[in-house]
This record gives sequence, C-alpha cells and structure tokens, in this order.
Amino acid sequence: MKELQELADHLINGYADRVAAVTQDLLNKGATPQTILNDGLIAGMTVVGERMRTGEMYLPEVLQSASAMHVSLKILKPHLAKDGVESRGKIMMGTVKGDMHDIGKNLVGIMLEGAGFEVIDLGLNVQPQKFVEAIQTHQPAIIGLSAMLTTTMLNMKTAIEAIAHAGLRSKVKILIGGAPVSQKFADDIGADAYARDAVKAVDKVKELIAA
Amino acid sequence: MTETQVRTHYTTLAIGKAEGLMFGRTPKPVSCGYGLELGSGMVYPEINFTLPMMMIDESTWPSVVAQYDEMGEMISRTAKRLHLKGVMIEFELLPPMTERPEWGAEITRVLDRQLKTMYENHGITGALRVTPTDIRDATRPPPLRSGIEWETLMASFDECAKAGAHVLSIESVGGKEVNDEAMMYGDVEGVIFALGVLAPRDMEHLWTNIVSTCKSYGVVPGGDSACGFANTAMQLASQGMLPEVLAAMIRGASAVRSLVAYECGAFGPSKDCAYEGPILKAITGAPIAMEGKSASCAHFSPVGNVAAAMCDLWSNESVQNIRLLSGPAPEAFLELLTYDCRLFNAALSSGSERTYQRMLVDSDVHHSPQALVLSPESTIRIASAIVREQSPYRQTVAAGLEALRVIRDAVRDKTLPLAAKEHHWLDKTESALTALPAEEEGMMDSMIERYGHLFAPSSYGL
Repeated sequence: MKELQELADHLINGYADRVAAVTQDLLNKGATPQTILNDGLIAGMTVVGERMRTGEMYLPEVLQSASAMHVSLKILKPHLAKDGVESRGKIMMGTVKGDMHDIGKNLVGIMLEGAGFEVIDLGLNVQPQKFVEAIQTHQPAIIGLSAMLTTTMLNMKTAIEAIAHAGLRSKVKILIGGAPVSQKFADDIGADAYARDAVKAVDKVKELIAA
Repeated sequence: MTETQVRTHYTTLAIGKAEGLMFGRTPKPVSCGYGLELGSGMVYPEINFTLPMMMIDESTWPSVVAQYDEMGEMISRTAKRLHLKGVMIEFELLPPMTERPEWGAEITRVLDRQLKTMYENHGITGALRVTPTDIRDATRPPPLRSGIEWETLMASFDECAKAGAHVLSIESVGGKEVNDEAMMYGDVEGVIFALGVLAPRDMEHLWTNIVSTCKSYGVVPGGDSACGFANTAMQLASQGMLPEVLAAMIRGASAVRSLVAYECGAFGPSKDCAYEGPILKAITGAPIAMEGKSASCAHFSPVGNVAAAMCDLWSNESVQNIRLLSGPAPEAFLELLTYDCRLFNAALSSGSERTYQRMLVDSDVHHSPQALVLSPESTIRIASAIVREQSPYRQTVAAGLEALRVIRDAVRDKTLPLAAKEHHWLDKTESALTALPAEEEGMMDSMIERYGHLFAPSSYGL
C-alpha cells in the first residue's frame, strides 16, 4: 500500500501533522490498525533507529519522529483496543536509590515509546520497595534500572534482591544501564541484560521480550 | 542567613584582549587555604577523587572515612615526592554526605588535617575546595528554595565551612529540569528559557546564600558550573546524539548563568568542570580551574588541550580510588597533573607561554566547534557579547549567537570542517535564536505552556 510507505516517510521526517492525516486516511480506506502500526509506524521507527545507530540522525530528529508516532498512536488507540491489539510490551524503569541522574533513563524511555512499548517511569532515587510495589501494580515485562555513581550502582543489586525477596523475580526481566555499570556487573548482580546506550537498550528490550 | 549582597553587573571585561588571557595569570588572584596563591603566575594541580564501588551507610561509614584519609595521605606523599609547590584538593560530596551534613563535615576535617600537616611539615601550600551535591532535584518538579532539601543543602555548606573548607563550590541544577527536555528535543527556545530565564534566578538565590555562609566563616566562594547543562550537551554530542554546533552554542550561552555566582559575590577559583571558565575569567578577572585531557579518567571531551589554555588550576575532574599498575589512581592522576603543571610553569618562567598556549589552542580548534568556542579569541568575542547586554536573558541569547558566529566565521575561512548535517543545525539554531523575543516576557506564556509541568514557578520567584 502506497500510503503505508508515505506514512513511514513522514514519520522518519518527523512531520506530525502529515503522519496524523495519513493515519486517518488509511483508517478511512479500511486499513486495519494493526497494519498501520506494523507496516507504517514501526517500519518507519525501525529506519529511524537504524539511522541513529549509524549517526545519520541526531536525537532531536529521532524524538521528533517519536512524537509524530505518538500523534498517530493517539488516533489508532481506540481502534487497537477494539481489535484487542496490545502494545509491544510494558517496560518499567527508574534510577535507583540515592541517585539523581535521570537524563539517560529518560532518553531510553522516549526511545522505547518510539519503538511501540508502553513505558512506566518511576523517576529517580527509587527505593527498592517502590520497585516491588510497582511491579505488583503494573506487572511489567521488563524493568530498567539506571545508576550513574559507583556508590549507587550497588543499589541495583539491592533492588534486584528486594524483587526476588518478594517472589517476583521470575515474573520480570531486568535490564541495567548507566556510566559505571557493565555486562560483568549485570552478571554479578543477577540482572538479565546490560545496555551501554539508549539504542542498545531498545535492542535489548526487543531481545528480552522475544526470549 | 541574610541576603544582603548587592549584585554586581559587569559591563566591561577584566581582560579585554585575547593576548591578556593566559594560563596561570589573572588580574584578580585569590589566596586561599594554607598559603595557596592562584592566578599569580603559576598553575597548580587540582586533584579530585572519589570512592571505589561501595555503599555509603551507617555500617560502611568508618570505611568511607578511612578511604578519604588514605587518599589525603597519598596526595600529601605524592606532592612531596614530586616537589610540588602547591595543590588544591577538591572534595566533591556524594549525595549521602550532603544529606547528612555531619558526614560531609567529617571528611572535610580529615582532608583539611592532611593539607595542614603537609604545609607544616613540608612547606607545600594547599587548599581544600568542598563541593556539596545539589540534592534539590531529588523530586520533580524540584523544590529549589524551600523544603528539607534546601535546608539540608544549606546546612551542608555551613557544616563544611565550619569544618575547614577553604573554598566552597557547587554544580547547581536550577533550570536543568527544563533544559534536559528542551535539549533532547533540540528546542532552542526552551534551552534559552532554561539557561537565560530560570537558571539565573536560581543562581542568584542560591549564591547569595552561599556567599553569606562564606563570609561568616572566612571561606572563599569559588563558583558554580554549568555541568548539568553544557557538559550534558557535550557528552550527548560526543555520543553522536546532539549536533556539535548546538552543544557549542549551549556552552557559550551557559556562561551567563555561571556568571551570576560572581555577580553575587563569588570570586573564584571557578569549578573545574565549568568549561565556560575562560569566559568567566575574561569578564571577572578571577582565577579558573579547568580540566581536559587529564580528566579522561572521568569523561571524554573534544577540548582536551584547548581547555588548558587559560587555566589557573588544572584538574582531573574525578577518579576512583582503585589500583592501577603504577599504584592508586588518585596518586597516578596527581602525578599526571603535576607534569602538566610543570610544563605550564616552565613556559611561564621561560617566557614561552604564548607559544605553548598557541599549541594547546591550535591542536584542538580545527577539530571541533566545541573546542573552537573555547579559544582565547572566541572567549573574548563571547564575553564581550555578554557584557554588552543588560539582562541575563539577553546576555544568554547574545552569547549563544556569538558562539554560532565564531563557528560560521571559521567555516567560511575553511579553518573548521563541518559535516552537512552540522551545517543544517548551524542554520537551524541560528534562525531559532534570532527569532526569539527581545525580552524574556515575550516567551514566558508559551514556555509555561510547554514546560510548566516540569518546573515550579515559585522555585524561581515567578
């Protein structure tokens, strides 16, 4: 369908108004919301992710595309709900106790939303018990833990222990990120994955969801 | 605390020509601590260190104190071994040390004692810069002027001053909650609102109080850093996420909010991570701390050499107390900084400083717009643009525009290669800046509509 390619192109260029118009047009012509989501929006965002990875697009341009996707999703949401189509997965994230750095975490959240995931952001300086309670409330598929300091990274371990202690460890996958952490540290503290930047975080989430 | 300091408005430059901007020399030297003279003809190392991976709580606190005692002792030992004439130690508090002011004060006493012993036993001059963490952004929107975080932060300054700090500094965060969002979206109007409207208001309130504390205890009010703004932009640019020209514009524009500390009574040395330091030096004449290639233990940058061109203190930013092949990392980095400083000082004493400075500048400025805006010539242009304007908002716009003009001139002269996508952002950023309203009132409504969910107007006296 020509319009689906058009939708993807407008999305890549970050033209929110045009994305909204084409989305409505496609619905009017009888395209299913699932097709619009998969073959238009997610196809477009896949190109955006790739261009960011290769350095062809800067973050503000990527986020413009993500904003355009949000506009389209707002139009599609009632139709998707009617057809029983769910989001690609629910991801919860927070900066661990004692740490007030959140720009990296926010970036990952925006990128994940742009890739079609539902994101619940618990904010910064999140106590281990708050992660536990939020898992019970929201039942996410994945939790992302962020830390920037060598003196707070161990609170990732504390959070994972609290989640395990509450009997919830088998219900969620745990992804960690932040300047001082590494794959080895993820292995040491019992996390499921580590991502060194926002683009990799989206890749890891996709892998964890698919596993 | 009282807020009686009259705010200075700089209308001229303390150093009016690029040739007057030199490392180790400044019109307004500062004397601090145990005989350390800054800006009087020598560059000294500023060593900063932090803990290795460990928790900070009641049970680990004795080990934390022991770590700092060990690091202080090794600095003293290394300074003696390398025949250092003077050294600045920076103690940057970690969040729990600010949240419990008595903890920050205890480490301050430990390090002050080490410096005192070093001075008395070996004649090595020294001073201790103490930098509490700005803990006011633990919640969103951050309550900046009241509440437990504000009270605790002020108590931390007070306790550390009482415990023996010689210089007080901070990397404050007022306006960052808006700048983060605006910067990620490439919203130049939002960035200017954060840097030119919100941040200066917070700086004035915060620094009036810090200066008051400093006066009470005879401590030097050092300065602030736009780390949370311009260094975040620098890091995102180095990861290929933000255009370099946008990061360079933000660097120039961010000097205005950092200048407010001086307008409120700070007199240096500026914070090491304030790469906008040369602009502050040109305007105020105060000595500056800078960091570059020898801070790659903490973060990467495209300004490793040029950042050294006008410094009075040369810093490593921060290094963990871990063991390297040579020995403990703080000791290794003090050695590195010491050799850097020997070069500065040999150049100064032999009359070769101009040649050495030119090498530091020329080796970087053709590689990155962010390096270009830190050259002495660019510094004077941006600083001049700032003092020509009256309000922080207009100064911020003027500084940002001048930074872009510096880049455009270098591109035109073919001294700075710029990728096509950077050209696009140069045009786009310049257009956005020139389209801004003449006064801040013209953007207030739209900014509150766009970013009002992120900040509390009362935190800025709005």
